[in-house]
Amino acid sequence: MSPTTLAVLAMLAPVAASLGILALGRWPKARSAWTIGTSPVGFIFLLLLYPHITGGGRPAFELLEILPGLSVAFEVEPLGLLYAMVASGLWILTSIYAVGYMKHQEEPRQTGFFFFFAIAIGAAMGVAFSGNLLTLFLFYELLTLSTFPLVTHRRNDYAMRAGRVYLGLLIFTSVCFLLTAIIWTWHLTGTLDFTPGGILAGKAEGPVLAVLLGLFAFGSGKAALMPLHRWLPRAMVAPAPVSALLHAVAVVKAGVFTVLKVVVYIFGLETLQSTGVSIWLMYVAAFTVLTASVIAVTQPNLKARLAYSTISQLGYIVLGAAMATSASVVGAGLHIATHAFGKITLFFCAGAIYAVTHAIEIPDMDGIGKRMPFTMGAFGIASVSIIGLPPMGGSWSKWWLLTGALDAHQPIFVAVLLISSLLSIAYLMPIVARAFFAAPKLDDDGRERVHYDAKAFDPSRLWGDESAIKEAPLPMVLALCLTALGALVLFFCADEVVALLSPIAQ
Amino acid sequence: MSQHLPALQVIVPLLAAPLCLLLRKPSLTRIFAQAVAWTCLAIAGLLLAQVHDGGVISYVFGGWTAPWGIEYRVDVLNAYVLVIVSVIGAVVLLFGPGSAGTRIPPGREHLFHALLLLAMAGLLGIAITGDLFNVFVFLEILSLSSYALIAMGYRRRALTAAYSYLIMGTIAGTFILLGIGLLYQATGTLNMADMVDRLPAALHTRTPILALGLLTVGLCIKLAVFPLHHWLPNAYAEAPSVVSAFLAATATKVSYYVLLRVLFGIFGVAFVFGTLRIDMVLIPLAVVAMFVGSIAAIYQTDLKRVLAFSSVAQVGYMTLGLGFASLNGLTGGLVHLFNHALMKGGLFLVVGCITLSIDSARVQDLKGFGKRHRWIMVAFLIGGLSLVGVPGTVGFISKWYLVLAALEKGWYLVAALIVLSSLLALIYIWRIVELAWFHEPAEGAQMKSVPVHMLVPTWMLIGATVVFGLTTDLTAGVARQAAALLLGVSP
Repeated sequence: MSPTTLAVLAMLAPVAASLGILALGRWPKARSAWTIGTSPVGFIFLLLLYPHITGGGRPAFELLEILPGLSVAFEVEPLGLLYAMVASGLWILTSIYAVGYMKHQEEPRQTGFFFFFAIAIGAAMGVAFSGNLLTLFLFYELLTLSTFPLVTHRRNDYAMRAGRVYLGLLIFTSVCFLLTAIIWTWHLTGTLDFTPGGILAGKAEGPVLAVLLGLFAFGSGKAALMPLHRWLPRAMVAPAPVSALLHAVAVVKAGVFTVLKVVVYIFGLETLQSTGVSIWLMYVAAFTVLTASVIAVTQPNLKARLAYSTISQLGYIVLGAAMATSASVVGAGLHIATHAFGKITLFFCAGAIYAVTHAIEIPDMDGIGKRMPFTMGAFGIASVSIIGLPPMGGSWSKWWLLTGALDAHQPIFVAVLLISSLLSIAYLMPIVARAFFAAPKLDDDGRERVHYDAKAFDPSRLWGDESAIKEAPLPMVLALCLTALGALVLFFCADEVVALLSPIAQ
Repeated sequence: MSQHLPALQVIVPLLAAPLCLLLRKPSLTRIFAQAVAWTCLAIAGLLLAQVHDGGVISYVFGGWTAPWGIEYRVDVLNAYVLVIVSVIGAVVLLFGPGSAGTRIPPGREHLFHALLLLAMAGLLGIAITGDLFNVFVFLEILSLSSYALIAMGYRRRALTAAYSYLIMGTIAGTFILLGIGLLYQATGTLNMADMVDRLPAALHTRTPILALGLLTVGLCIKLAVFPLHHWLPNAYAEAPSVVSAFLAATATKVSYYVLLRVLFGIFGVAFVFGTLRIDMVLIPLAVVAMFVGSIAAIYQTDLKRVLAFSSVAQVGYMTLGLGFASLNGLTGGLVHLFNHALMKGGLFLVVGCITLSIDSARVQDLKGFGKRHRWIMVAFLIGGLSLVGVPGTVGFISKWYLVLAALEKGWYLVAALIVLSSLLALIYIWRIVELAWFHEPAEGAQMKSVPVHMLVPTWMLIGATVVFGLTTDLTAGVARQAAALLLGVSP
């Protein structure tokens, strides 16, 4: 198959999956089997596409021309391929996890849930492969709209209010800032195509470029740059699989991906370096990194803490993009992958803990590690990756970002990155430590305050023993162990990703 | 035959209207009116094809050449408006058979069809004629028939709405007639092409300027430009949904066309925008309309009033495009003419389906509607997103041109206001979407099923908002040509 065909099939796979889910809605078992069965399809096409891209191929095609010179067009380039592979690769594990989670929780409206989930993945593929800003905007908005039913899945007042914040903030920023920036770019250059080296060089003065960069950066509301981050903690009202794949990977990464793509292909690294218009963005990103980390330390709710951690980690990527050196851009791209594996594991764990114990507050989780060793073990591995210590994937992206900061002659951001690492130790490690080493909290009658679900899964039962282990259902445990393993594997094959990304950073 | 197409365009519906009265039988008039509407569409399509490459068709009635006789003059701009009017007429008539759908009282269906064809004749006549007095005549035909159509609404309030429209319409008609009279006095001709040649000689006097003022105000009432829009929400809300769809999609559009002819065609862009600086009045009014209309729409409790106030805002966008008086701005205004006709026509038909199903158009009664009638609400969502200007829909194309025109002029504030105001549309649309999909239906809520013949035309218009949001050769391409023609530049 030609690379173009592969790209088209990779984009169509989630759409086909979603239609099947709708058709099989009446038979839950068949629907679950179909969801899990079709989830690897898109990823397989991307794997087949991979050698073409590393070989320098840039398959492109145009779907239709909306206005003269302005079309819905796609082009596969390294950054997009990386984002697409992360999103669709993790969708495989998430579908397994989600089927287990939704069944265990006996959630209503599951057909709609999986349908919109698959559509969201399809929209993420569209964002990844968009060949110009207009196409990117189209799928960016589709991603927002398709995830609204997922965020409001519980349908109660609190969820609906959170949904309104979610939709309101994301659409407000994208229409007000991103769309304006896109039309402005068109007005200045007469094209919107993603072009290596950028299209804005010499087309506008420094101040205009600075304003434009601001419109792009804040217009990508999904990047959760402060002060436009509020939607992300609110979106945590969604079921765990949504928080895991969408609000740690697909949706938020669509935001930083947009920023990165604009920096590389619209502004061009050279333009940003020579004009210095992105310095202010570095400070905004650094502020976001530090402030969100500090807030995360103070959050007693596990998912809220993880959400603020995500905001902080997204700041790394924007910082890397704003520094606009080869190393920082590679680091930012690499961080899309490494943070994805780390953070999805953490959210999977939070969902598993909730499913088994209904605990959402961190103080309730003392001693939980003895009952849920797999979950908390994975949590520990993922935490180390987020902090950025070897032997986890997160250490490499941080390494590249630090190098980038030095290359950009901005040592202050070296300090920012290191302080943020310390803060992330402060907000993640105590959870792991207390889970394994603290005694469980007791209530007045001397019983454990956390109640473990009767349906909890005990792996030792598989070989006939009885133990004190009360794990989440097998699909969930399997998925979270695999993503934790992925964070570990990324440490050893980060070279591959760097090799994939290096052509864009030249 | 083909050389008589311009005459047939108007004569066919004009003669068909009284025939409906003779046929009387609802089933017969229905088929007959539909056939006439589709014939009109075919004629309009043929005319557009003939003038697409920039040609002009001149048709002289009875061999009396202008300036004595009446001349019909078709260029790409009129042909474009003719197509809009007849497309909407044809599709809306598909929706309207059966008194169940239209809520037209039984026994009056033939009247409804006769009046609708008469209104169509008026609309087509305004668009096609090259004679200014003839414009006035057709405007009155349109007005009289639309008063009667609005009064057919099933609530008694429809009568007051029709009456207040009548008062405002008559005032507008008077302004327009006075303006035409003064222009005739200044130039000695009623033929628009002739007037263009003779007017410069008279421009040093005050008469034509006064005429311009009278015509502009009169047409702005008809177009419902803020603050002259008060008749519109009541009229659209009380009329039967089919009538709202038809008038919302066509009547204001034709007034916009006449305004363009007067400002750009007769007086010329240099005089109107260079000397008089009419844009200094129109642009602020347009911006205020965008906000006032949308904010008012947010607070409405009746679905039709939401859409009616949204129309006030959308007219603001069109006026804004006119006020820019640049190629991109005018293209934006003109393309929005067609785009808004599609989306607002489609949305009013959706409301027609909803009122049939739940016997109410109150927003609160929509709770859980999307769960039972998924496809109706999907249509509403698409139409609504188009009002917001989401890419992939026609609304995006209009916004694109308007923002681009604002940036070209360096009016960054106006550009910001355009995108900000489109977010207000999101609020009033999403409020309804949320009620319909994310709430359970009220206890004991009755939801009747909706016949297919109502869904098909609804989806034709809504589907077109997506199709023409993705392929714009036909819409933006023609609009650009027409804009270039008005400005006298190359597209």
